[in-house]
Amino acid sequence: MKVLVAVKRVVDYNVKVRVKADNSGVDLANVKMSMNPFCEIAVEEAVRLKEKGVASEIVVVSVGPATAQEQLRTALALGADRAILVETADELNSLAVAKALKAVVDKEQPQLVILGKQAIDSDNNQTGQMLAALTGFAQGTFASKVEVAGDKVNVTREIDGGLQTVALNLPAIVTTDLRLNEPRYASLPNIMKAKKKPLETVTPDALGVSLASTNKTLKVEAPAARSAGIKVKSVAELVEKLKNEAKVI
Amino acid sequence: MTILVVAEHENGAVAPATLNTVAAAAKIGGDIHVLVAGQNVGGVAESAAKIAGVAKVLVADNAAYAHALPENVAPLVVELAKGYSHVLAPATTNGKNILPRVAALLDVDQISEIISVESADTFKRPIYAGNAIATVQSSAAVKVITVRTTGFDAVAAEGGSAAVEAVAAAHDAGKSAFVGEELAKSDRPELTAAKIVVSGGRGMGNGDNFKHLYALADKLGAAVGASRAAVDAGFVPNDMQVGQTGKIVAPQLYIAVGISGAIQHLAGMKDSKVIVAINKDEEAPIFQVADYGLVADLFEAVPELEKLV
Repeated sequence: MKVLVAVKRVVDYNVKVRVKADNSGVDLANVKMSMNPFCEIAVEEAVRLKEKGVASEIVVVSVGPATAQEQLRTALALGADRAILVETADELNSLAVAKALKAVVDKEQPQLVILGKQAIDSDNNQTGQMLAALTGFAQGTFASKVEVAGDKVNVTREIDGGLQTVALNLPAIVTTDLRLNEPRYASLPNIMKAKKKPLETVTPDALGVSLASTNKTLKVEAPAARSAGIKVKSVAELVEKLKNEAKVI
Repeated sequence: MTILVVAEHENGAVAPATLNTVAAAAKIGGDIHVLVAGQNVGGVAESAAKIAGVAKVLVADNAAYAHALPENVAPLVVELAKGYSHVLAPATTNGKNILPRVAALLDVDQISEIISVESADTFKRPIYAGNAIATVQSSAAVKVITVRTTGFDAVAAEGGSAAVEAVAAAHDAGKSAFVGEELAKSDRPELTAAKIVVSGGRGMGNGDNFKHLYALADKLGAAVGASRAAVDAGFVPNDMQVGQTGKIVAPQLYIAVGISGAIQHLAGMKDSKVIVAINKDEEAPIFQVADYGLVADLFEAVPELEKLV
């Protein structure tokens, strides 16, 4: 079966971002960019499904700027077969991304779509669920285990109280959580090979997708800073402070 | 202006997160209705009717809504949403699972994890693991919003007397089925509702060493959490994870043990009232947010702390 994986180019998770002085957003100039960590887990899961003989082809897609080609090439180096970039310079909200992905799903007809549960820039946690709504597919969000069995996929989900397993009819949407797998690193030969794999670029216009959003960001501010407190010298002093100064125990 | 709050419930009771979400709805203003969807949830609806400030409870009691499968619950919410100005749900795994599906079916963008209400259409929410706060305005006819529960003090669970109205609509998409669940059993308070949280990080060394934290937690009546590093290392299950990609907590007292203080962990706990850090590395970033820092070997400090509290 064909597996579609969606990936997002985001600020590297090690970067501490700064808010721009004019409060229009965060400063992304000269900041290291990477594939969103949950998307790496999505790519890895697809590659494992292919290694098990469950997936026959892995198509990786990103909706974003021309520079997102770097992340698509990374996914190709990790084992995806071909890539599609829906190219736009606009900063998109989740619904627009989900609509672009829906157009790609209509064209590619995958049996399984794997996405990260959330991007570490916008922290929205929406796109997978929205894509499921638009396609009418079942959804298995926050997956820690994915098992394809015949025309169904069993997804074990990380929920607040523990784990929940659901059986979904295929085609289905899965979003990844942390413990689903540990992504591999791309080997140098595979990075070289990835340069020759096909990467197609399309525009949202060509897909007939509207990028309009009902959300408008008015301003972006730095959070209220929390000032460092004091160092205590002993456990006894700590207990004394907690009892008499902070009064929390 | 009427607001629909999608209730979170478990084991036949209204979950505390619902009370924080009703509080956010009250900040927006207007009548508040609560939807209780599930199977055999008559008791939950009765409890929801007592929540302070709730004008009406809609109860959709149907086998299709057991286990809150989003394929079935989202169409129900969409059908009801048309009469409302806002649809709110807590940003629990359940709310996060269902509400974006609702938003897309309504063809609107969702606003995730609001921490404050600026006006009926404008809200604040953290982005970049809480390193920036965005003010977002929605022009949607029905505004679809998840609420970060730590941003709003819970309303009283008692005191209201709302009318309870049954909703007949049964949506069964037939695309998904519940197979089973393994719920963590613990006598300790729930992580996101606990007044005191004791968390361990990679410095704990292994899962067995968490027993020191459990002993301390039991003495304090606290919940036990963990950093992503400790979950990644396989010390403890993911449902204990506090951070950007785990649970968001804001207890009265947060005790971070053997946690370095990565950005993504701070995102989940820095709104705690008092933060204590115990770490042998005095350069650890956790000390920059801690009210009280103790540079010490945790294997000596934690048992001593347990004795003294």
